[in-house]
Amino acid sequence: MIKAENLTKVFNRSLVAVDHVTFSVREGEIFGFLGPNGAGKTTTINMLITVLKPTEGNASVLGFDVVKQANEVRKVIGVVPQEYTADEDLTGYENIMLCADLYGIPRDIAKKRALELLDLVELTEFKDKRVETYSGGMRRRLELACGLINRPKVLFLDEPTLGLDVQTRAATWEYIRRLKKEYGMTLFMTTHYLEEADTLCDRIAIIDHGKIIVSGTPSELKDSLGGDIITITIKENADVTDIIRGVENVKEVRKENEAYRIKAAKGEATAPLIIEALRRKGFTVTRLSLTEPTLNEVYLEYTGRAIRDTEESKESFIAQRITLRRARGR
Amino acid sequence: MNKASAPNECRPSFARGLWALTRRELKKWLSDPVMLVMFVLQPLIWMGLLGKSMNIQGLFSSGSLGNIDIPNIQIPGSFANPPFNGIIVIPGKLLAQQLQQEFSKIGTSVMQNTFGVTDYFSFMAVGMVSMIVMTTTMFSGMSIVWDRRLGFLDKVISTPVSRAAIIFAKILNATFRAMFQATVILALAYLLGLQFSSTFTPPNLLGVYAAIFLLGVGLSSVFIAFSIRSTRMERPMQFVSLITMPLMFASNTFFPVNLMPDWMQAIAKVNPLTYLTDAIRRLTILPMDTAALIVDFTYLGLFAAVLATIGIVLAWRYLTR
Repeated sequence: MIKAENLTKVFNRSLVAVDHVTFSVREGEIFGFLGPNGAGKTTTINMLITVLKPTEGNASVLGFDVVKQANEVRKVIGVVPQEYTADEDLTGYENIMLCADLYGIPRDIAKKRALELLDLVELTEFKDKRVETYSGGMRRRLELACGLINRPKVLFLDEPTLGLDVQTRAATWEYIRRLKKEYGMTLFMTTHYLEEADTLCDRIAIIDHGKIIVSGTPSELKDSLGGDIITITIKENADVTDIIRGVENVKEVRKENEAYRIKAAKGEATAPLIIEALRRKGFTVTRLSLTEPTLNEVYLEYTGRAIRDTEESKESFIAQRITLRRARGR
Repeated sequence: MNKASAPNECRPSFARGLWALTRRELKKWLSDPVMLVMFVLQPLIWMGLLGKSMNIQGLFSSGSLGNIDIPNIQIPGSFANPPFNGIIVIPGKLLAQQLQQEFSKIGTSVMQNTFGVTDYFSFMAVGMVSMIVMTTTMFSGMSIVWDRRLGFLDKVISTPVSRAAIIFAKILNATFRAMFQATVILALAYLLGLQFSSTFTPPNLLGVYAAIFLLGVGLSSVFIAFSIRSTRMERPMQFVSLITMPLMFASNTFFPVNLMPDWMQAIAKVNPLTYLTDAIRRLTILPMDTAALIVDFTYLGLFAAVLATIGIVLAWRYLTR
């Protein structure tokens, strides 16, 4: 459905926002771009939805080239942007009809569909209220409805739950799942929430500094870590890396400050073996924790650090602040 | 909604996109009563204060001459023809009276020769129309900065609507607003005593709108192209305040061009505001002069065509980054 090959965007001839990114999205799946702010997620989406032209490489949506056949692409995709783009001075219904006009959907069809969509996102009651009066969650749902007005084959969602509270976030996930299940829609989304990528996406690509670091299904990625992670601390001040490494099932040992971070298959069975091996050599384990890998570990493993929170650029930072401020409701 | 939906029924058209986007702007504007009131108040205040305070025709009226104290003039009889013995006494009172009458006549004639009309208020009121058209078109174009910052612009770009419709909608919005304000000013001016010329007929107003439209299109398209690149409101604001004053004063908006120094006349001659003001004056308060109107409209037409082309090319380039 979506193909990107060496997709690259350079701003002002020096800032490489997206760096030779290659991936493909299959029909009917939810594909997630996971990465910190400023990793190049929004820039990638903007190239796929024909808002920005790639500096290098190419991409296609449903076989239409995003540069040469941009207008064809625009007709078959839906976009739910990161910001709240609905016009505050218009009502929810007017906003959807404005989108319909931009797509050139025949009026009678558009009217019927607008009402259907308002029903889908549970905004029927508020359709004639000005968007100004909407809460963050309602605005997000309105954006979703606008993005669906042309019955897109592919829906692009840029940080669909940014700034939403836990409840609204869960509700948004539900809508997204329904789109996939009931309408067989293909969804491409970006997020910097690990749990969102984990629960929602069929496949994810971790992107950082404009490059895809690794991609696969969430469980593939977790498995690629080679099992569970055991963290132990010992009483003595000595390096016991080699002892641990000798234990069965242990794949990797790394000393991080005072603790040892051990990757091992079958963590529950291996942990006692490690304690036993250390005790035989006269060391005492003071703390032990066992975690099954989450995307957080995957992320840490591939990028070498926790998901960082830096500002993308001054402009998007401001936009984000506006979004957040609105999301919190005035 | 189902998966086996019919082939894509999107038929994006320029006209529909343009109308939808323009309507959005106008709705935004009309739905804000405070803004509307301000829109009417602003010209009212300007008109009331500036128009009525600069009472130039009062300057040339007998009243401003004040009480001139002319002594009686005595002329010896020997100057008369034929000479006689004695003196002729012309009473000062009579002289003063005569002088004041003449002064008033001269004043009217000076007004007529300088401004083309005998009352400055009518002259100035039309200038005010030009001024408001200029500022309104520029300020209206600025809303594109917000559209960009709030992400609305990107969303619109991601739909198949014609890029030209996006730009033209902004231009039309700016121009419509200017026309609306111009109407308010002309109506107010009429109530406050604007005097139409004898050749004025209501259809002339169509010509007035046409002239405003041309200037509005030209000015707003360049301004939109400029604003679309700004991420902050301050820059276009600064730009507006930088150029409005010179454009306003180096033109015939408030004062006739031929009394200005040469260098200023040179600016006024290329200043589109001069042509707009001249066109409106000739259509309302001055006697009809077809030849002069043709010059005005040709210039305004060229101005609109050239600047709109530049503006649209620049804006287009931004929209297809």
